[in-house]
Amino acid sequence: MNANAWLPLLVLASSLVPGLIIFMLPERAAALRITLNLGGAVIKIVLLVLMMIGVFHGVEYEFRIPLVPGLDFVLHADALSLMFVNLSAVLWLATTVYAIGYLENSPNRSRFFGYFSLCVTATVGLAMSGNLLTFLVFYEALTLTTYPLVVHRGTEVARKAGRTYLSYTLLGGVLLLAGTIWLYSLTGTLEFVDRGFIDGRGIDPAVLRMIFLVLILGVGVKAALLPLHAWLPQAMVAPAPVSALLHAVAVVKAGAFGVVRIVYDVFGVEFAASLGVTLPLALLAALTILYGSIRALFQDDLKRRLAFSTISQVSYITLGVAIAGPIATIGGLVHLVHQGFMKITLFFCAGNYAETLGVHKVSEMRGIGRRMPWTTAAFTLAAFGMIGVPPTVGFVSKWYLGLGALDVGQDWVVFVLAASSLLNAAYFLPILRTAWFDPPPEEWPHERSFGRKETAWMLLLPPLATAAATLVWGLFASMPGTPLDWVQFIAARKYAP
Amino acid sequence: MSTWLAQLPWMMGAILLPLLGALLAFLLPRRAAVVGLGAAILTAAAAIGVLVQVISGGARVYLLGGWSAPLGISLVADGLSVLMLAITAVVGVAVSIYARVYLASSPDKVPRFWPLWLFLWAALNALFQAGDAFNLYVTLELMGLSAVALVALTGSGPALWGAMRYLLVSLLGSLAYLVGVALLYHAYGTVDLALLGERADGGLVLAVPLGAMIAGLLLKTGLFPFHVWLPPAHGSARAPVSALLSGLVVKASFYLVLRLWFTFAPEGEGLPLLLGSLGAAAIFWGSVQALRQKRLKLLVAYSTVAQLGYLFLAFPLAKLDPALAWGGSIYLALSHALAKSSMFLAAGSIMTQGGHDEIDELDRVVERMPLTLAAFALAGISLSGLPPSGGFVGKWMLLQAAMSQGQWFWAFVLIVGGLLTATYVFRVLGFAFTKSPHEHERHDVPRTMEWTALVLALGAVLLGFVAPWALPLLDGVLP
Repeated sequence: MNANAWLPLLVLASSLVPGLIIFMLPERAAALRITLNLGGAVIKIVLLVLMMIGVFHGVEYEFRIPLVPGLDFVLHADALSLMFVNLSAVLWLATTVYAIGYLENSPNRSRFFGYFSLCVTATVGLAMSGNLLTFLVFYEALTLTTYPLVVHRGTEVARKAGRTYLSYTLLGGVLLLAGTIWLYSLTGTLEFVDRGFIDGRGIDPAVLRMIFLVLILGVGVKAALLPLHAWLPQAMVAPAPVSALLHAVAVVKAGAFGVVRIVYDVFGVEFAASLGVTLPLALLAALTILYGSIRALFQDDLKRRLAFSTISQVSYITLGVAIAGPIATIGGLVHLVHQGFMKITLFFCAGNYAETLGVHKVSEMRGIGRRMPWTTAAFTLAAFGMIGVPPTVGFVSKWYLGLGALDVGQDWVVFVLAASSLLNAAYFLPILRTAWFDPPPEEWPHERSFGRKETAWMLLLPPLATAAATLVWGLFASMPGTPLDWVQFIAARKYAP
Repeated sequence: MSTWLAQLPWMMGAILLPLLGALLAFLLPRRAAVVGLGAAILTAAAAIGVLVQVISGGARVYLLGGWSAPLGISLVADGLSVLMLAITAVVGVAVSIYARVYLASSPDKVPRFWPLWLFLWAALNALFQAGDAFNLYVTLELMGLSAVALVALTGSGPALWGAMRYLLVSLLGSLAYLVGVALLYHAYGTVDLALLGERADGGLVLAVPLGAMIAGLLLKTGLFPFHVWLPPAHGSARAPVSALLSGLVVKASFYLVLRLWFTFAPEGEGLPLLLGSLGAAAIFWGSVQALRQKRLKLLVAYSTVAQLGYLFLAFPLAKLDPALAWGGSIYLALSHALAKSSMFLAAGSIMTQGGHDEIDELDRVVERMPLTLAAFALAGISLSGLPPSGGFVGKWMLLQAAMSQGQWFWAFVLIVGGLLTATYVFRVLGFAFTKSPHEHERHDVPRTMEWTALVLALGAVLLGFVAPWALPLLDGVLP
């Protein structure tokens, strides 16, 4: 085994090892804990840069050991996995900084940061999985490592939310397991390959449609597809950094990434389209987009409104995948990154409002822009992105989705996108109006003073950075090195030349 | 291994060392713990010695006093035996370390626990290496008696009642087995398993004794509906004893069922289907009962009832690819040995800490005993068959066997059983995070107790990564 095999393993270790050490640290060892957290996050990014340079020059990074009879545990770095790994690594760094500020002086921080690191390890492993079995291993590991974060506060509400979370996600895991073994018993392989490994084996199409359904339902739980979404708004009881991570990087994205892998690298998108399974998936995604937006309209609790917004926005990725055309693929995949940055900004800001002023509800946000201008500016940018206002990244995603749909003659998608933009505007613009233009109240519900600053710098810096990214990548979308640029490189390999 | 080490009679050592240890611990009651722990480590070393011998040189036969099969006693160690010996060694050492600390608070139990436990270990190691049906009976009886005495060690009401029921079941099971052995001897003139395998030719002459033997063993394994004795016995014993009973003792009688099955390879569809159906019923009944329990130890005990059911699912699935189904079942048995003993040790630590084991009164125990809770959670992951763990590998193999034959019912049982397991495991974990409205006493738990449970649980997880090296040992053993 050469050095190239160890690099994916080191990427995993850069969050796993700090996580395990942090578990052992006493509560008061805050400085050491912060060093380990940030050190691990930075090392991971350095390793990933090395790996990206390597992949660009055609180096193969693969770690492989046998796991069960006939099947290997495979970590593999290709262009698609690197996109997701990078997203997780960068947002992990941002969230770690934020969480250190957010959890200052609260109890059980060693436990929190320990599981936080394990959760990122699972996400990174999931991104680098080279076959469906390895994907399954990390998919379940992600469920198990996020559970302690959801119930972290230890209240009765948190315990119940944890129970709901588990019943949905374990059911999803079981479906994925069943589909995976079913597929394996027919094909004898599970390795992810560009354009899939199923075509040309002469398997009954009816069976393949069933397997597709089972697998998509399995990952659809985490992606919060329509009948399987109810866990997400409940999981909002978790601390803000957890919500940010759950919605932008880890859980929801793992589900969406699973849809991407199953459609492109298990079935192959053209073969899936020939089976006739992509159109129902696209319809389901469209339905989820509209449903999430409509539900979001009626939520007064800010985090719940954002949760329903996530349900809607994540389905853009599924929609882009299911339209089954090269341009829509670009729109869907790039939204995986774009939505991550926008949604994490919104959750950081919601956490700032709650931590600084005790504001949890939209109706309490009157004039909050005057009290916390920087936070509200970041919130505004991300909200514009969600609506799809140019020149933010949200516009780029929607542009490619719409264009891609027209390209393959699925005109109805454009109406869904337009309706969704209108609904997004309907639930974000009133927040912005009241935040900037209404007079602030005499007294905030629960105010903490930070001197002349509006809030702690560790809470302010991450949302400003992520919000800036959404603007810059939107403005310079077609420059080399942007997510769009990388995604175009990926999309070209998923379709037959 | 250097040559003289490889020449040593490890197979005998694995039986004689614990026997000697038991004797010494009995004669030196005041030093029982030290002697016992020393003997435990030596026994484990001998078991590992056998494992290394078999890995390097294949299956071995050891003739006691040099007399060969029909006259003398022969010991046989093949891949299946050494896997059982090795897992017993790992669980045995961990439980011994735990027990030394755990029993420090009740010194009157110490001189009784160690001789009995080492005696049990000797019986187990002899059982795993016995080459004929009669010696298997002797070891089975010795194992049963020492196990009953260990349950009675608690000395209180429910435990004595549990021990009494256990004794009666154990005797009845052994008796049925003995009747079978006698009938076999009458029919074929030998009790040596290898010879019996050659001579047995099916028909009623074989079916009646085999039926009696298997029925007796199922009673001792605690397969549904013969499980009623199991939860009271396992749930009321002291924590290290529960760990040994649930982790090892029930596996020994299951091992015997497998041995008989592989030797005689019974024909027909009915018996495998019956065993599989009882297994499925055990999974559902045990899991539902586990969900309903208010006390942690009883929950873990009912979980054993359910998990034993999984082992029997291999019988109806072994037609197409026997290695896959049997391998999966044996791998589940090994993982369960580690996971369940870890879970019982963790439950013992929790009980020591709070003075009770009411599940909904766990009162943020995760903050006071994070290691113990981690052990419980990891063991639970393996039991639920979630990756990465030994339980996952075993379940994967069984599922693959089921799905490749289109046996949807068994696949459904495997999958739903896993979900039920996860449900009762996480019910406990959820309450470990919440605060209870009532005040509870607080005791300090020695770190050794927390770590031994965690090491066993980590072992169950680690088993998930060593299957490609462990499973080839079974080549040649499986039909």
